[in-house]
Parts: sequence; structure tokens; C-alpha cells
Amino acid sequence: MTAFLNQCFSGLAMGGIFAILALSLVMIFQATALLNFAQGEMAMASTYLAWQLIQHRVPYWLAFFLTVILSFAAGVLIERLIIRRFASAPVLTVVIVFIALVFIIDSVVGWIFGYQLQEFPSPFPDHNWFNNPLVSSHQSGILLVTLIVMAVVWAFFRFTTLGLAMRAAAQNPASSRLVGIKVGWMLALGWGLAAAIGSIAGMMAAPLVYLDPSMMSSLLLYGFAGAVLGGINNPWGAVLGGLIVGVSVNLVGAYLVGTQLQLAVALTMIIGVLLVRPSGLFGRTIVTRV
Amino acid sequence: MTILLDVKGLKAGYGPVEVVHGLDFTVEEGGVTALLGANGAGKTTILRALCGMIRREGSLQFAGRDLCPMTTEEIVRCGIAHVPDGRGTFTGLTVSENLTLGAYVRRDKAAVADDLAGIFVLFPRLKERLFQQAGTLSGGEQQMLAIARALILRPRLLLLDEPSFGLAPLVVKDIFATLRQINAMRQVSLLIVEQNVRAALDLADHAVLIETGTVALAGPASLVSADDAVRRAYLGY
Repeated sequence: MTAFLNQCFSGLAMGGIFAILALSLVMIFQATALLNFAQGEMAMASTYLAWQLIQHRVPYWLAFFLTVILSFAAGVLIERLIIRRFASAPVLTVVIVFIALVFIIDSVVGWIFGYQLQEFPSPFPDHNWFNNPLVSSHQSGILLVTLIVMAVVWAFFRFTTLGLAMRAAAQNPASSRLVGIKVGWMLALGWGLAAAIGSIAGMMAAPLVYLDPSMMSSLLLYGFAGAVLGGINNPWGAVLGGLIVGVSVNLVGAYLVGTQLQLAVALTMIIGVLLVRPSGLFGRTIVTRV
Repeated sequence: MTILLDVKGLKAGYGPVEVVHGLDFTVEEGGVTALLGANGAGKTTILRALCGMIRREGSLQFAGRDLCPMTTEEIVRCGIAHVPDGRGTFTGLTVSENLTLGAYVRRDKAAVADDLAGIFVLFPRLKERLFQQAGTLSGGEQQMLAIARALILRPRLLLLDEPSFGLAPLVVKDIFATLRQINAMRQVSLLIVEQNVRAALDLADHAVLIETGTVALAGPASLVSADDAVRRAYLGY
């Protein structure tokens, strides 16, 4: 029983990382109906930035928040300098740009920092919180961070005028311009938020999977699975989807098929969801008037 | 009467297709100008061109400033509110959120609250439905919301694209009565595109008849409605 609960909790912790990644994917998808394949590599680059800061003896949490802020700026820049130029391009063109970004970021980071694994510190203590035998403090810390990220994102979109303007720009760009919203900047902000949220996922994942330029590639697939499972147009569905993927993949890996097939399980989930319920468990089916 | 909006030689279109071929008209300060014409005459295109939603050229003098080089967002900040065809409400957001967005460019939040109270006097139904999703409102209520959303901007000029579209005759009467009130009490000038020619001529002081992207006839509303051709083609008697 203890082993089972242990697997559940570590699945939940990984699920927290998938959930944050899924949330960052949803940020861009909601505004543009595009899946940013480079989200994982952007998060990986952010994590290297945090690592570099920590190497220079910057205290962890200062490095954490600096990384979040700089990642936000980088996300805005990527949208303004690159993605915006493809605003009216066919979807396939944009997808190719995303894939190019994946390899560009990957090789630039590899060129600067090398490809060897690096250890990345956890901000949470070594001993388990409250002496519980089940879950390490880093695992509970991940869940805590996931909840905080969710709460902050929810409050931003629910209570601020800027958040409202971003939702409006995603739903109805033409009307948004007519009330004076600068829609282009809202998209850039969406990219900034996605990059900032993604950087948190990277920094939470790095102590578990170690830091190297390909650290996020499989994690991003789990994030996709979570987002698709929960509903790619629903942030809360995506978060819940990420957690479900984390737990189920971990349990299936531990008790049924072994760890090598974990990723296959996640991908099977993607196909299954797309077959049975394409809008995801909590997604809205978009009905278009014709 | 001073002229608020002075349009000269306006050309506009979509992609390579020119729909409006160089037309002139004016809206007076505190006045109501109606753009009339059949389907496809280019009326909606004119409003879109004024707001910078499509490619256009010509001279668009609004209160001493040329709108032509401006983007939609800048034109809104000059005090022009547009209720587009199809109403342009944010159907996925609540009534209250729609109204908040209407005041997006305003920084005087205290005055916005006052204006909101005034708008609820004009449209009491909106107050009852404040936290309802805009998409679930009836057609008439959505039109009220669209007008309210434009008014909260405190515009000097309100552009209305077929406010009667798809509404029952009684609701249309209501909406036009409200528009008259808005024009008289708030000193908001109106530029209104309508297929319901009779209602539009009742409200307007000036009318411009558009045919295939050019001005066929323009002048005081009473003269335009007395014109034989207009009477036969649009009023049906």
C-alpha cells in the first residue's frame, strides 16, 4: 500500500510539472489556435539561465524570479521579432517555424553550455516535510508551486483588466480593436506568460531529470498529453489533465508495462482522447456558425 | 453647425477589390447622418474604412485630425465608437465584462462608474443581466449591449451598422428611440448605416444615398425622403 501511495504521489509531482507545461501551451493555443512545439526548449533555455545565475551564487529564489521575468521578456521578444511576421502565414508555415525554433534553441544552448548533464538544486529541504514517509519535500514543493501558478494565472485572467483584454483579444480580435485593445501586444503578452510559466516547469523538473539540452523534449510530450486530455482550450482542464497523465503514466509504468513504455502510454492517451472526445475531458466543443 | 467629420475622396476595398470609389460626406457636430443604399452598395465598407479596419485612402478629417494614417486603436482613442455589423459583442464574456472592455481606453475610472449608471437608466435590462454571458442574450438585448459598450467610451461620434438588423419591429422602434435620446441628451453625433430607410430618415438630419460605392444623392433628410426615386426604390410608395 505504501509503495502504491508512493507511486501516486511521485506521479502527482511529475503531473504538476506536466500541468504547468500544459498551462503554458494553452496560453498560446487560446490566442492563436497553435501548439507551440518550442515551448519545451524555451523552458529548457530558461532553466539554463537559472542554473547560470545559481552558479554565480545568486540566491535560489532571486534566481527563480529573475528567470521568470527574463523568460517573460524573451517570450515577448520571440513573438514580436519572429512569430508576428508569420501572422497571416498558413498553419504549416508556422509549425515549421516552431520546429526550427526547437532546433535553434537546442543547439545554441548546447553550444554555450555543452551537452553534459548538470545537477540543478531544489529549493526545498532534503528531509521530508512533517516527517511523512510518502512524499519528498521536492515533490510536495512541485505541487505547491503548481497550485500557486494556477491561482496566480486564474486571478490575473479573472480580476485584472489586462487579463480581460487578453481574453477578449483571443475571442474576437476585430471587436477588441474597436474598443482600443492593441491585439498584437496581447499576443506578445500571451507568449511572455507562456514562456514565464514554462520556465517554472523547467526549474521544477530539472532537480528530478537533471539539466541537459534535451531535458524537456519528453516532458513536453507529456504536457501535450495533459493539455489534450483536459481540453486544449481550457486552462483548468489542461492542469487537471497534466496531473492525471502524471499519476496514470507513473502507475502504469510501475505496475503494468515498465518505465520504457511510459511515453508510449502518454501518446496512446493522446490518440485515444482525439478519437473518443476530441475536445478533451473538460474542453468546450467549438461550434461555428456557418 | 460645425462639421465634426469631413470625408473627402474616400476610396476603400478588400485586397485588390475597390468597393468605395471616392466619396464625400460630412457629419455635423451633434448631428445624425444616415448612409442609405441597397445591399452591396458599400455602406458597411465605409464604416470599416473610417475605423481603419480595412485598406483606405482619402481625407478623413475628424475634429481637425486626419484619421487616415491612424490604426483602429488610435482612432478609438480619438473618440469614435463603432457598433459593427453583427454587433461585435464578446459573446463568451459576461455583460459586465463587455462593458468593462468598452471603457478600456478610459483612465478616469470614477467617471466611468457614473457613466455606467447613466447607461443602466437607458438600458435597464442590461443591469438585470449583468453577470449573464453576452451570447445568451436575446438579439435586442445584444444590440443594446453593443450600443452601451460603445457609449461607455464617451464617444464624440458613434458609428452604427444596421442597428435594426434581425430585430422585431417593436424592438427596432425602441432602439431608434434610444438612439434619438442618446443624440439629443449626450451630444453624441451619429453616423448610421441602415436598410430600414424609413426609421433612419426619421432619425437623421442628413442623408447620403450610396449606389455602387459612389454618392447618388445627398442632402438634408427631409429633401432626400421627398426625392421621387428614393421614395419608389426604398420607401415603397
